[in-house]
Amino acid sequence: MLTYKSVKEIADAAVKEQKNISDIVIAEQAVRLNRSVEELYEKMAYNFKIMKESVEEGLSSSQKSISGLSGGDAVKLKRHLESGFSIGGSFFNKMLQKAIAVSENNARMGRIVAAPTAGSCGIIPAVLITIFEEYSIPEEKVVMSLFTSAAIGMVIANRASISGAEGGCQAECGSASAMAASAAVELMGGTPIMVSNACAIALKSVLGLVCDPVGGLVEIPCIKRNAAGSANALAAAEMALAGIESIIPADEVIDAMGSIGNLMPRVLKETAEGGLAATPTARKLFKNKCCGW
Amino acid sequence: MNVFDIIGPVMVGPSSSHTAGAVRIAAVTRKLLGEDVKHAVIKLHGSFASTYKGHGTDRAIIGGLLGYKLDNPAIRESLKHAGDVGLEYSFEPADLGDVHPNTVLIEATGVSGKKIKVMGCSVGGGRIIIKRIDNFQVEFTGEYFTLVIEHMDKPGVIGAVTSVLGQNLINIAEMRDYRSYRGGSAVMIIETDQEICKSLIEQIRNLPDVYSVVGIEALEI
Repeated sequence: MLTYKSVKEIADAAVKEQKNISDIVIAEQAVRLNRSVEELYEKMAYNFKIMKESVEEGLSSSQKSISGLSGGDAVKLKRHLESGFSIGGSFFNKMLQKAIAVSENNARMGRIVAAPTAGSCGIIPAVLITIFEEYSIPEEKVVMSLFTSAAIGMVIANRASISGAEGGCQAECGSASAMAASAAVELMGGTPIMVSNACAIALKSVLGLVCDPVGGLVEIPCIKRNAAGSANALAAAEMALAGIESIIPADEVIDAMGSIGNLMPRVLKETAEGGLAATPTARKLFKNKCCGW
Repeated sequence: MNVFDIIGPVMVGPSSSHTAGAVRIAAVTRKLLGEDVKHAVIKLHGSFASTYKGHGTDRAIIGGLLGYKLDNPAIRESLKHAGDVGLEYSFEPADLGDVHPNTVLIEATGVSGKKIKVMGCSVGGGRIIIKRIDNFQVEFTGEYFTLVIEHMDKPGVIGAVTSVLGQNLINIAEMRDYRSYRGGSAVMIIETDQEICKSLIEQIRNLPDVYSVVGIEALEI
Protein backbone atom coordinates (compact mmCIF):
# COMPACT_ATOMS: atom_id res chain seq x y z
CA MET A 1 0.00 0.00 0.00
CA LEU A 2 1.17 3.52 -0.79
CA THR A 3 1.02 5.88 2.19
CA TYR A 4 0.87 9.07 0.07
CA LYS A 5 3.22 10.65 2.56
CA SER A 6 6.15 10.96 0.18
CA VAL A 7 6.62 11.75 -3.51
CA LYS A 8 9.84 9.72 -3.38
CA GLU A 9 7.92 6.67 -2.13
CA ILE A 10 5.54 6.90 -5.10
CA ALA A 11 8.22 7.60 -7.71
CA ASP A 12 10.45 4.79 -6.38
CA ALA A 13 7.53 2.34 -6.43
CA ALA A 14 6.77 3.26 -10.05
CA VAL A 15 10.43 2.91 -11.08
CA LYS A 16 10.66 -0.46 -9.32
CA GLU A 17 7.56 -1.77 -11.07
CA GLN A 18 8.57 -0.13 -14.36
CA LYS A 19 5.20 1.55 -14.60
CA ASN A 20 3.80 5.04 -14.72
CA ILE A 21 2.86 6.63 -11.40
CA SER A 22 -0.77 6.73 -12.53
CA ASP A 23 -0.80 2.94 -13.04
CA ILE A 24 0.38 2.12 -9.55
CA VAL A 25 -1.90 4.75 -8.00
CA ILE A 26 -5.09 3.56 -9.71
CA ALA A 27 -4.28 -0.06 -8.77
CA GLU A 28 -3.63 0.86 -5.14
CA GLN A 29 -6.76 3.04 -4.86
CA ALA A 30 -8.90 0.25 -6.33
CA VAL A 31 -7.78 -2.05 -3.50
CA ARG A 32 -8.21 0.64 -0.85
CA LEU A 33 -11.66 1.73 -2.01
CA ASN A 34 -12.83 -1.81 -2.75
CA ARG A 35 -13.70 -0.86 -6.35
CA SER A 36 -12.45 -2.12 -9.69
CA VAL A 37 -9.77 -0.27 -11.65
CA GLU A 38 -12.37 0.22 -14.41
CA GLU A 39 -14.82 1.90 -11.98
CA LEU A 40 -12.15 4.32 -10.79
CA TYR A 41 -11.11 5.05 -14.36
CA GLU A 42 -14.73 5.79 -15.32
CA LYS A 43 -15.16 8.10 -12.33
CA MET A 44 -12.00 10.01 -13.29
CA ALA A 45 -13.07 10.08 -16.95
CA TYR A 46 -16.32 11.69 -15.79
CA ASN A 47 -14.36 14.31 -13.85
CA PHE A 48 -12.29 15.00 -16.99
CA LYS A 49 -15.51 15.39 -18.99
CA ILE A 50 -16.75 17.97 -16.47
CA MET A 51 -13.40 19.79 -16.74
CA LYS A 52 -13.85 20.03 -20.51
CA GLU A 53 -17.44 21.23 -20.11
CA SER A 54 -16.37 23.87 -17.61
CA VAL A 55 -13.83 25.19 -20.16
CA GLU A 56 -16.51 25.37 -22.85
CA GLU A 57 -19.04 27.00 -20.55
CA GLY A 58 -16.47 29.51 -19.39
CA LEU A 59 -15.41 30.41 -22.93
CA SER A 60 -18.96 30.81 -24.18
CA SER A 61 -19.97 33.44 -21.65
CA SER A 62 -18.96 36.94 -20.66
CA GLN A 63 -21.51 37.03 -17.87
CA LYS A 64 -20.35 38.62 -14.63
CA SER A 65 -20.14 36.85 -11.26
CA ILE A 66 -22.68 37.57 -8.48
CA SER A 67 -20.40 40.25 -7.05
CA GLY A 68 -19.85 41.76 -10.49
CA LEU A 69 -16.08 41.69 -9.90
CA SER A 70 -15.21 39.15 -12.59
CA GLY A 71 -16.25 37.71 -15.93
CA GLY A 72 -15.37 38.21 -19.59
CA ASP A 73 -11.59 37.90 -19.48
CA ALA A 74 -11.37 34.41 -21.04
CA VAL A 75 -13.23 35.74 -24.06
CA LYS A 76 -10.79 38.67 -24.24
CA LEU A 77 -7.85 36.26 -24.43
CA LYS A 78 -9.58 34.31 -27.18
CA ARG A 79 -10.12 37.48 -29.24
CA HIS A 80 -6.53 38.49 -28.63
CA LEU A 81 -5.27 35.22 -30.12
CA GLU A 82 -7.57 35.68 -33.09
CA SER A 83 -6.13 39.18 -33.61
CA GLY A 84 -2.75 37.61 -34.44
CA PHE A 85 -0.84 39.64 -31.85
CA SER A 86 -0.36 36.93 -29.25
CA ILE A 87 3.10 36.98 -27.66
CA GLY A 88 3.06 33.42 -26.39
CA GLY A 89 1.37 31.92 -29.44
CA SER A 90 -1.46 29.45 -29.75
CA PHE A 91 -0.52 26.90 -27.06
CA PHE A 92 0.21 29.47 -24.37
CA ASN A 93 -2.79 31.66 -25.10
CA LYS A 94 -5.21 28.72 -25.25
CA MET A 95 -3.91 27.44 -21.93
CA LEU A 96 -4.45 30.82 -20.27
CA GLN A 97 -7.92 31.04 -21.86
CA LYS A 98 -8.87 27.76 -20.26
CA ALA A 99 -7.48 28.63 -16.83
CA ILE A 100 -9.46 31.88 -16.81
CA ALA A 101 -12.56 30.28 -18.38
CA VAL A 102 -12.84 27.59 -15.70
CA SER A 103 -12.13 30.05 -12.88
CA GLU A 104 -14.66 32.56 -14.19
CA ASN A 105 -17.18 29.77 -14.55
CA ASN A 106 -16.50 28.86 -10.93
CA ALA A 107 -17.02 32.47 -9.82
CA ARG A 108 -20.42 32.61 -11.51
CA MET A 109 -21.49 29.40 -9.76
CA GLY A 110 -20.96 27.19 -12.77
CA ARG A 111 -20.05 23.52 -12.47
CA ILE A 112 -16.37 22.72 -11.97
CA VAL A 113 -14.13 19.99 -10.56
CA ALA A 114 -12.32 21.06 -7.38
CA ALA A 115 -8.66 20.34 -8.24
CA PRO A 116 -7.58 20.34 -5.51
CA THR A 117 -9.93 23.19 -4.48
CA ALA A 118 -12.53 25.32 -6.23
CA GLY A 119 -10.29 28.38 -5.92
CA SER A 120 -7.56 26.63 -7.92
CA CYS A 121 -9.88 24.68 -10.25
CA GLY A 122 -8.60 26.22 -13.51
CA ILE A 123 -4.96 25.16 -13.45
CA ILE A 124 -5.09 21.40 -14.04
CA PRO A 125 -7.77 21.57 -16.79
CA ALA A 126 -5.87 24.40 -18.51
CA VAL A 127 -2.59 22.51 -18.70
CA LEU A 128 -3.93 19.03 -19.44
CA ILE A 129 -6.72 19.89 -21.87
CA THR A 130 -4.41 22.16 -23.86
CA ILE A 131 -1.81 19.36 -24.16
CA PHE A 132 -4.64 16.96 -25.03
CA GLU A 133 -5.90 19.20 -27.83
CA GLU A 134 -2.67 20.61 -29.20
CA TYR A 135 -0.73 17.33 -29.29
CA SER A 136 -3.64 14.98 -30.10
CA ILE A 137 -2.89 12.76 -27.11
CA PRO A 138 -5.35 9.88 -26.52
CA GLU A 139 -7.97 10.86 -23.94
CA GLU A 140 -7.25 7.73 -21.92
CA LYS A 141 -3.71 8.90 -21.21
CA VAL A 142 -4.96 12.29 -20.05
CA VAL A 143 -7.50 10.71 -17.71
CA MET A 144 -4.77 8.46 -16.29
CA SER A 145 -2.48 11.45 -15.73
CA LEU A 146 -5.13 12.85 -13.36
CA PHE A 147 -4.34 9.93 -11.02
CA THR A 148 -0.73 11.12 -10.97
CA SER A 149 -1.77 14.68 -10.17
CA ALA A 150 -4.13 13.36 -7.45
CA ALA A 151 -1.32 11.31 -5.88
CA ILE A 152 0.93 14.39 -5.76
CA GLY A 153 -1.98 16.36 -4.25
CA MET A 154 -2.49 13.71 -1.58
CA VAL A 155 1.17 13.89 -0.56
CA ILE A 156 0.94 17.69 -0.36
CA ALA A 157 -2.27 17.46 1.71
CA ASN A 158 -0.63 14.92 4.02
CA ARG A 159 2.72 16.70 4.48
CA ALA A 160 1.58 20.32 4.26
CA SER A 161 -1.85 21.62 3.21
CA ILE A 162 -4.03 22.29 0.19
CA SER A 163 -6.11 24.95 1.96
CA GLY A 164 -5.56 28.69 1.54
CA ALA A 165 -6.85 29.29 5.05
CA GLU A 166 -4.10 27.04 6.41
CA GLY A 167 -1.20 27.60 4.04
CA GLY A 168 -1.90 30.61 1.83
CA CYS A 169 -2.25 30.58 -1.95
CA GLN A 170 0.96 28.54 -2.30
CA ALA A 171 -1.09 25.68 -0.79
CA GLU A 172 -3.95 26.08 -3.28
CA CYS A 173 -2.74 27.46 -6.63
CA GLY A 174 0.79 26.31 -5.77
CA SER A 175 -0.35 22.74 -5.15
CA ALA A 176 -2.54 22.76 -8.27
CA SER A 177 0.44 24.01 -10.28
CA ALA A 178 2.70 21.24 -8.94
CA MET A 179 -0.02 18.67 -9.62
CA ALA A 180 -0.52 19.94 -13.17
CA ALA A 181 3.23 19.98 -13.89
CA SER A 182 3.57 16.40 -12.64
CA ALA A 183 0.69 15.13 -14.77
CA ALA A 184 1.98 17.02 -17.82
CA VAL A 185 5.38 15.36 -17.52
CA GLU A 186 3.88 11.89 -17.34
CA LEU A 187 1.60 12.74 -20.25
CA MET A 188 4.55 13.78 -22.42
CA GLY A 189 6.42 10.57 -21.65
CA GLY A 190 8.60 11.72 -18.75
CA THR A 191 9.89 9.28 -16.13
CA PRO A 192 8.57 9.11 -12.54
CA ILE A 193 11.76 10.90 -11.43
CA MET A 194 11.02 13.70 -13.90
CA VAL A 195 7.49 13.84 -12.48
CA SER A 196 8.84 14.43 -8.99
CA ASN A 197 11.25 17.07 -10.32
CA ALA A 198 8.38 18.88 -12.03
CA CYS A 199 6.43 18.85 -8.77
CA ALA A 200 9.42 20.28 -6.89
CA ILE A 201 10.25 22.95 -9.50
CA ALA A 202 6.64 24.16 -9.80
CA LEU A 203 6.10 24.39 -6.05
CA LYS A 204 9.48 26.06 -5.41
CA SER A 205 8.51 28.90 -7.72
CA VAL A 206 5.41 29.88 -5.75
CA LEU A 207 6.67 29.45 -2.18
CA GLY A 208 5.42 32.23 0.05
CA LEU A 209 2.45 33.17 -2.10
CA VAL A 210 -0.22 34.52 0.25
CA CYS A 211 -3.99 34.14 0.10
CA ASP A 212 -5.42 37.67 0.05
CA PRO A 213 -8.75 37.56 -1.77
CA VAL A 214 -10.49 40.90 -2.14
CA GLY A 215 -13.65 40.85 -0.04
CA GLY A 216 -12.92 37.21 0.80
CA LEU A 217 -14.33 36.16 -2.57
CA VAL A 218 -12.72 33.61 -4.91
CA GLU A 219 -12.21 36.20 -7.67
CA ILE A 220 -9.48 38.83 -7.18
CA PRO A 221 -6.68 37.74 -7.52
CA CYS A 222 -7.65 34.06 -7.64
CA ILE A 223 -8.82 33.94 -11.25
CA LYS A 224 -5.65 35.47 -12.71
CA ARG A 225 -3.51 33.39 -10.35
CA ASN A 226 -5.03 30.32 -11.99
CA ALA A 227 -3.63 31.57 -15.30
CA ALA A 228 -0.25 32.26 -13.70
CA GLY A 229 -0.36 28.85 -12.01
CA SER A 230 -0.82 27.11 -15.35
CA ALA A 231 2.08 29.07 -16.88
CA ASN A 232 4.25 28.11 -13.92
CA ALA A 233 3.24 24.46 -14.34
CA LEU A 234 4.18 24.55 -18.01
CA ALA A 235 7.58 26.09 -17.23
CA ALA A 236 8.29 23.44 -14.57
CA ALA A 237 7.16 20.58 -16.82
CA GLU A 238 9.31 21.84 -19.68
CA MET A 239 12.37 22.03 -17.42
CA ALA A 240 11.77 18.59 -15.92
CA LEU A 241 11.28 17.02 -19.35
CA ALA A 242 14.58 18.56 -20.42
CA GLY A 243 16.21 16.59 -17.64
CA ILE A 244 16.64 19.55 -15.28
CA GLU A 245 16.63 18.39 -11.68
CA SER A 246 15.50 20.07 -8.50
CA ILE A 247 18.43 19.92 -6.09
CA ILE A 248 15.94 20.14 -3.23
CA PRO A 249 13.79 16.97 -3.47
CA ALA A 250 10.01 17.30 -3.89
CA ASP A 251 9.23 16.08 -0.37
CA GLU A 252 11.50 18.70 1.17
CA VAL A 253 10.01 21.43 -1.01
CA ILE A 254 6.54 20.37 0.19
CA ASP A 255 7.75 20.47 3.81
CA ALA A 256 9.15 23.95 3.21
CA MET A 257 5.79 25.03 1.79
CA GLY A 258 4.07 23.65 4.89
CA SER A 259 6.41 25.41 7.28
CA ILE A 260 6.14 28.70 5.36
CA GLY A 261 2.34 28.31 5.61
CA ASN A 262 2.62 27.91 9.37
CA LEU A 263 4.84 30.96 9.65
CA MET A 264 2.53 33.07 7.46
CA PRO A 265 0.52 35.64 9.43
CA ARG A 266 -3.19 34.96 9.80
CA VAL A 267 -4.08 38.17 7.95
CA LEU A 268 -2.54 36.68 4.79
CA LYS A 269 -4.43 33.40 4.93
CA GLU A 270 -7.88 33.86 3.39
CA THR A 271 -9.10 36.30 6.02
CA ALA A 272 -9.25 39.19 3.52
CA GLU A 273 -7.52 41.42 6.07
CA GLY A 274 -4.13 41.84 4.40
CA GLY A 275 -2.29 42.02 1.09
CA LEU A 276 -4.42 42.88 -1.94
CA ALA A 277 -7.58 42.67 0.16
CA ALA A 278 -6.31 45.56 2.29
CA THR A 279 -5.37 47.88 -0.58
CA PRO A 280 -7.18 51.23 -0.86
CA THR A 281 -8.94 50.10 -4.04
CA ALA A 282 -10.16 46.84 -2.47
CA ARG A 283 -11.36 48.67 0.63
CA LYS A 284 -13.13 51.26 -1.47
CA LEU A 285 -14.85 48.57 -3.55
CA PHE A 286 -16.16 46.89 -0.46
CA LYS A 287 -17.07 50.05 1.36
CA ASN A 288 -19.36 50.97 -1.49
CA LYS A 289 -20.72 47.55 -2.29
CA CYS A 290 -20.09 45.25 0.64
CA CYS A 291 -23.56 45.49 2.14
CA GLY A 292 -24.68 43.29 -0.74
CA TRP A 293 -22.15 40.62 0.18
CA MET B 1 -8.45 10.63 1.79
CA ASN B 2 -8.57 9.23 -1.73
CA VAL B 3 -7.82 10.48 -5.25
CA PHE B 4 -11.34 11.87 -5.66
CA ASP B 5 -10.98 14.08 -2.59
CA ILE B 6 -8.16 15.77 -4.52
CA ILE B 7 -9.51 15.68 -8.09
CA GLY B 8 -13.10 16.36 -7.06
CA PRO B 9 -15.76 16.82 -6.03
CA VAL B 10 -17.68 17.93 -9.07
CA MET B 11 -19.47 20.95 -7.71
CA VAL B 12 -21.12 24.25 -8.41
CA GLY B 13 -18.68 27.08 -7.55
CA PRO B 14 -17.26 29.27 -6.28
CA SER B 15 -15.78 27.78 -3.11
CA SER B 16 -15.35 24.20 -1.95
CA SER B 17 -15.65 25.29 1.67
CA HIS B 18 -18.27 28.06 1.34
CA THR B 19 -20.42 26.41 -1.33
CA ALA B 20 -19.91 22.64 -1.61
CA GLY B 21 -19.51 22.11 2.15
CA ALA B 22 -22.58 24.27 2.79
CA VAL B 23 -24.72 22.15 0.42
CA ARG B 24 -23.59 19.02 2.25
CA ILE B 25 -24.42 20.32 5.75
CA ALA B 26 -27.89 21.35 4.56
CA ALA B 27 -28.39 18.00 2.83
CA VAL B 28 -27.61 16.16 6.08
CA THR B 29 -30.11 18.43 7.88
CA ARG B 30 -32.83 17.57 5.37
CA LYS B 31 -32.02 13.87 5.69
CA LEU B 32 -32.18 14.00 9.50
CA LEU B 33 -35.50 15.83 9.34
CA GLY B 34 -36.75 13.11 7.03
CA GLU B 35 -39.25 15.26 5.16
CA ASP B 36 -39.52 18.39 3.00
CA VAL B 37 -38.47 21.55 4.79
CA LYS B 38 -41.17 24.17 5.34
CA HIS B 39 -39.24 26.74 7.31
CA ALA B 40 -35.58 27.31 8.13
CA VAL B 41 -33.66 29.77 10.27
CA ILE B 42 -30.02 29.70 9.23
CA LYS B 43 -27.44 31.11 11.60
CA LEU B 44 -24.08 31.82 9.99
CA HIS B 45 -20.87 32.13 11.98
CA GLY B 46 -17.48 33.68 11.19
CA SER B 47 -16.36 33.66 7.57
CA PHE B 48 -19.73 32.16 6.55
CA ALA B 49 -21.44 35.24 8.02
CA SER B 50 -19.14 37.80 6.41
CA THR B 51 -18.97 36.43 2.86
CA TYR B 52 -22.07 34.27 2.39
CA LYS B 53 -23.71 36.28 -0.37
CA GLY B 54 -20.64 36.55 -2.60
CA HIS B 55 -19.87 32.85 -2.17
CA GLY B 56 -23.45 31.77 -2.77
CA THR B 57 -23.47 30.08 0.65
CA ASP B 58 -27.13 31.12 1.01
CA ARG B 59 -28.07 29.49 -2.31
CA ALA B 60 -25.97 26.45 -1.41
CA ILE B 61 -27.73 25.94 1.93
CA ILE B 62 -31.20 26.41 0.48
CA GLY B 63 -30.23 24.09 -2.40
CA GLY B 64 -29.15 21.45 0.11
CA LEU B 65 -32.40 21.86 2.07
CA LEU B 66 -34.31 21.39 -1.20
CA GLY B 67 -32.42 18.13 -1.76
CA TYR B 68 -30.08 19.29 -4.54
CA LYS B 69 -26.74 17.54 -4.95
CA LEU B 70 -23.62 19.71 -4.90
CA ASP B 71 -23.13 19.55 -8.67
CA ASN B 72 -26.69 20.61 -9.50
CA PRO B 73 -26.65 23.92 -11.44
CA ALA B 74 -30.13 24.60 -10.02
CA ILE B 75 -28.32 25.70 -6.84
CA ARG B 76 -27.80 29.05 -8.57
CA GLU B 77 -31.56 29.60 -8.61
CA SER B 78 -32.38 27.85 -5.35
CA LEU B 79 -33.67 30.97 -3.56
CA LYS B 80 -36.25 31.41 -6.30
CA HIS B 81 -37.15 27.70 -6.21
CA ALA B 82 -37.61 27.95 -2.45
CA GLY B 83 -40.27 30.60 -3.08
CA ASP B 84 -41.95 28.38 -5.66
CA VAL B 85 -42.28 25.44 -3.26
CA GLY B 86 -43.15 27.55 -0.21
CA LEU B 87 -39.92 27.05 1.74
CA GLU B 88 -39.58 30.08 4.01
CA TYR B 89 -36.14 30.93 5.29
CA SER B 90 -34.05 33.59 6.94
CA PHE B 91 -30.31 34.07 7.26
CA GLU B 92 -28.81 35.63 10.37
CA PRO B 93 -25.18 36.29 11.29
CA ALA B 94 -24.53 34.72 14.69
CA ASP B 95 -21.76 34.06 17.18
CA LEU B 96 -21.91 30.31 17.65
CA GLY B 97 -19.05 30.31 20.15
CA ASP B 98 -15.60 28.74 19.91
CA VAL B 99 -16.22 26.89 16.66
CA HIS B 100 -14.61 26.56 13.21
CA PRO B 101 -14.75 29.83 11.16
CA ASN B 102 -17.10 28.23 8.63
CA THR B 103 -19.90 27.04 10.88
CA VAL B 104 -23.66 27.12 10.38
CA LEU B 105 -26.59 26.27 12.64
CA ILE B 106 -29.73 25.31 10.74
CA GLU B 107 -33.06 25.27 12.58
CA ALA B 108 -35.41 23.48 10.22
CA THR B 109 -39.12 22.76 10.47
CA GLY B 110 -40.63 20.13 8.21
CA VAL B 111 -43.99 20.06 6.45
CA SER B 112 -45.46 17.96 9.28
CA GLY B 113 -44.23 20.41 11.91
CA LYS B 114 -41.28 18.26 12.96
CA LYS B 115 -38.29 20.36 14.03
CA ILE B 116 -34.55 19.78 14.07
CA LYS B 117 -31.42 21.82 14.81
CA VAL B 118 -28.19 20.84 13.12
CA MET B 119 -24.83 22.53 13.48
CA GLY B 120 -22.05 21.72 11.04
CA CYS B 121 -18.74 23.14 9.94
CA SER B 122 -17.12 23.15 6.54
CA VAL B 123 -13.48 22.29 7.04
CA GLY B 124 -12.05 22.68 3.51
CA GLY B 125 -12.21 21.02 0.12
CA GLY B 126 -15.94 20.37 0.62
CA ARG B 127 -15.38 18.18 3.65
CA ILE B 128 -17.74 18.72 6.59
CA ILE B 129 -18.15 17.78 10.23
CA ILE B 130 -21.61 17.68 11.82
CA LYS B 131 -21.13 18.93 15.39
CA ARG B 132 -24.59 19.12 16.88
CA ILE B 133 -28.00 17.53 16.40
CA ASP B 134 -30.64 19.23 18.57
CA ASN B 135 -28.98 19.38 21.99
CA PHE B 136 -26.56 16.54 21.39
CA GLN B 137 -22.89 17.36 20.70
CA VAL B 138 -21.94 14.81 18.05
CA GLU B 139 -19.17 14.42 15.48
CA PHE B 140 -19.33 12.76 12.08
CA THR B 141 -18.14 13.57 8.58
CA GLY B 142 -20.51 11.77 6.23
CA GLU B 143 -17.57 10.01 4.55
CA TYR B 144 -19.06 6.67 5.61
CA PHE B 145 -22.65 5.46 5.58
CA THR B 146 -23.86 6.89 8.88
CA LEU B 147 -26.65 5.72 11.17
CA VAL B 148 -28.06 8.29 13.58
CA ILE B 149 -30.07 6.46 16.22
CA GLU B 150 -32.01 8.15 18.99
CA HIS B 151 -32.61 5.84 21.91
CA MET B 152 -33.07 5.52 25.65
CA ASP B 153 -29.87 5.43 27.70
CA LYS B 154 -30.32 1.93 29.06
CA PRO B 155 -28.21 -1.26 29.24
CA GLY B 156 -28.49 -3.51 26.21
CA VAL B 157 -29.66 -1.02 23.56
CA ILE B 158 -26.23 -0.55 21.98
CA GLY B 159 -25.67 -4.31 22.10
CA ALA B 160 -28.99 -4.99 20.39
CA VAL B 161 -28.23 -2.53 17.59
CA THR B 162 -24.70 -3.77 16.96
CA SER B 163 -25.90 -7.41 17.04
CA VAL B 164 -28.35 -6.67 14.24
CA LEU B 165 -25.55 -5.05 12.23
CA GLY B 166 -23.16 -7.93 12.90
CA GLN B 167 -25.72 -10.56 11.93
CA ASN B 168 -26.17 -8.75 8.62
CA LEU B 169 -22.40 -8.59 8.00
CA ILE B 170 -22.29 -4.81 8.37
CA ASN B 171 -18.86 -3.76 9.61
CA ILE B 172 -18.71 -0.78 11.97
CA ALA B 173 -15.90 1.64 11.09
CA GLU B 174 -16.52 3.96 14.05
CA MET B 175 -19.21 4.49 16.63
CA ARG B 176 -19.97 6.84 19.48
CA ASP B 177 -22.87 7.34 21.85
CA TYR B 178 -23.88 10.66 23.35
CA ARG B 179 -26.44 10.87 26.14
CA SER B 180 -28.30 13.81 27.59
CA TYR B 181 -28.15 12.43 31.13
CA ARG B 182 -28.06 9.02 32.81
CA GLY B 183 -31.22 7.14 31.86
CA GLY B 184 -32.33 9.93 29.53
CA SER B 185 -32.35 10.07 25.77
CA ALA B 186 -29.17 9.41 23.81
CA VAL B 187 -27.87 9.50 20.26
CA MET B 188 -25.78 6.75 18.75
CA ILE B 189 -23.69 7.58 15.66
CA ILE B 190 -22.50 4.53 13.78
CA GLU B 191 -20.35 4.80 10.66
CA THR B 192 -20.27 1.63 8.60
CA ASP B 193 -18.27 0.21 5.70
CA GLN B 194 -21.40 -1.04 3.96
CA GLU B 195 -24.64 0.67 2.97
CA ILE B 196 -27.61 -0.25 5.11
CA CYS B 197 -30.88 -1.02 3.34
CA LYS B 198 -34.30 0.32 4.35
CA SER B 199 -35.53 -3.00 5.74
CA LEU B 200 -32.54 -3.27 8.06
CA ILE B 201 -33.07 0.33 9.22
CA GLU B 202 -36.70 -0.62 9.93
CA GLN B 203 -35.52 -3.66 11.89
CA ILE B 204 -33.33 -1.42 14.08
CA ARG B 205 -36.16 1.07 14.52
CA ASN B 206 -38.35 -1.76 15.88
CA LEU B 207 -35.85 -2.68 18.60
CA PRO B 208 -36.99 -1.88 22.16
CA ASP B 209 -36.05 1.62 23.43
CA VAL B 210 -35.02 2.88 19.97
CA TYR B 211 -36.90 6.09 19.16
CA SER B 212 -35.74 6.89 15.65
CA VAL B 213 -33.20 5.80 13.06
CA VAL B 214 -31.87 7.76 10.09
CA GLY B 215 -29.41 6.36 7.56
CA ILE B 216 -27.26 8.89 5.69
CA GLU B 217 -25.59 7.68 2.49
CA ALA B 218 -21.84 8.13 2.32
CA LEU B 219 -20.59 11.07 0.29
CA GLU B 220 -19.86 9.83 -3.20
CA ILE B 221 -16.28 9.01 -3.97
